[in-house]
Amino acid sequence: MQPITHPSGSESLTTTRPDAALPAPHPLRLALHQTGRQLLNLALAIGIFLACWVALAAYLDREIMPYPWQVIPVFVKEMQGSLWDHTLVSARRVLSAIAVAVLVATPVGLGLGQIRVLNRIFSPLIGLVHPIPKVVFLPVILVVMGIGETSKVFLIALILFFQILVVVRDEAASLRPELIQSVRSLGAGRRALFRYVYLPASLPAVLTALRVSVGTAIAVLFIAEQYSTRDGLGYYIVTLTWQRLRFAEMYAGILAMSLLGLVLYLVVDVLERIVGRWRLAGDA
Amino acid sequence: MAAVDSPPEVMVTVDRLTFRYGARGTPVFQDFSWQVRAGEAWSIIGPSGCGKTTLLTLIAGLRRATAGTITVGGTRIERPRPETGLILQDYGLLPWATVEDNVALGLRVRRFYGPDGKHAPRAEKVLGRREAREVVESWLRRLNIYEQRAKFPGAISGGQRQRTAIARTLALQPDLLLMDEPFSSLDAPTREDLQNLILQLQREMNLTSIIVTHAIEEAAILGRQILVLGQPPNTAPVIVPNPEAGTPGYRSTSTFLDRCNQLRTLLGLKV
Repeated sequence: MQPITHPSGSESLTTTRPDAALPAPHPLRLALHQTGRQLLNLALAIGIFLACWVALAAYLDREIMPYPWQVIPVFVKEMQGSLWDHTLVSARRVLSAIAVAVLVATPVGLGLGQIRVLNRIFSPLIGLVHPIPKVVFLPVILVVMGIGETSKVFLIALILFFQILVVVRDEAASLRPELIQSVRSLGAGRRALFRYVYLPASLPAVLTALRVSVGTAIAVLFIAEQYSTRDGLGYYIVTLTWQRLRFAEMYAGILAMSLLGLVLYLVVDVLERIVGRWRLAGDA
Repeated sequence: MAAVDSPPEVMVTVDRLTFRYGARGTPVFQDFSWQVRAGEAWSIIGPSGCGKTTLLTLIAGLRRATAGTITVGGTRIERPRPETGLILQDYGLLPWATVEDNVALGLRVRRFYGPDGKHAPRAEKVLGRREAREVVESWLRRLNIYEQRAKFPGAISGGQRQRTAIARTLALQPDLLLMDEPFSSLDAPTREDLQNLILQLQREMNLTSIIVTHAIEEAAILGRQILVLGQPPNTAPVIVPNPEAGTPGYRSTSTFLDRCNQLRTLLGLKV
């Protein structure tokens, strides 16, 4: 058996040189261009959304389904008053949960992805726990962590934690050992590897996980805000408006919560595009 | 294996090296001793599984010897030595960083640690941001990848990627250059192009170089000394002197063909 391959035997001589490629547009510009097109699509989507809203209101013709022109002035007025404060409280809860989840899940995901033994031990556990709808533990969390902010932030962070953990772990596991070795050969120790390899490699993964799970986070926030609180959009929508049959105000709250989700989604999406713009350049 | 004081000084000393994967198993190297002097150009050739890449990663400090010692430039190797440069076949570039940022990476790592003697050479002054940018730019131009500097590795050709890897390593001014099959995934003209570049850089920078390859011709083109490894365990080095390597037109001489045939015989291939 001669496993040595003959270097000049297998390849053909090509006349086109790969080095003579056309200059491509700057990747950042490409990303911004895409974002611009996305904004145009968003405007179109809002138009269709409003049309559907009007059609549904006309079809139902009931108090629970007001027209946009009845809701939007109320939304503007309420936003200058208490609704804005409720929005801020809700935003603070989601953002705190995101911060906690990212700060805890990223290092754990990196560790699991890079240390094979750890992954073998914990992966089955994660596989088992990940699909459990964490929101069902709300009563337990309320009792154990109290009725304050901590329990709400914890519940949302718990849901985000698993999403981020799984994506970062897979991203870290896909880092090739050759890459790590060659960066180590440049003098990088643990800290420099973290700064120049692990951190930039996991950032897009974190953002992908957030983009996917930010909707769930807000849905859970809505449920968490039904209990033991006197502020937040969940409280505003159910207790302050729906139960008092203030339907236009209720829709103002729904609109605020939707916008909160939309803004978070867009911010994450744009960040993901900028950080992950190298992916547009093809597979390395 | 006594150290030789007279010039040229010794760069790499492998002293009674034993290395095996796992606790049992056949050792890849057993009591293996070998020496590389400063300024020499070595090729290491052998069949798959002979341990040529293992030897390179041991010298690079990315693996630990089971027994015996490896000394590079007077330092006993237990971790990567900052003055040693390593170029791998592929996948060595950060896919999320541009060509320019990849070339700058080594200098950034040095600035990150400062001249601590462990991650960056102690004696040398660490370059500031602006000086580093000038060094990076000169290497980008020297290796003909300046036009590609804003692109990501995924958007350039294999040859340009290897040029980027070479620039990144040489920007750190290594005294020892280790290469593991650096050109084996490239097409023939690009490979020849880069082989010539390496020969040129060897001459200009008076580099000590060790290149691992499975291609007989490449071993004969780039190595003025050729280390032939066989099936494990390797106990003593088999060395083929190849002093004509690097002279212009060597590829088309009969000496070159004879040398290749000599290597084929040593590797147990039909001539």
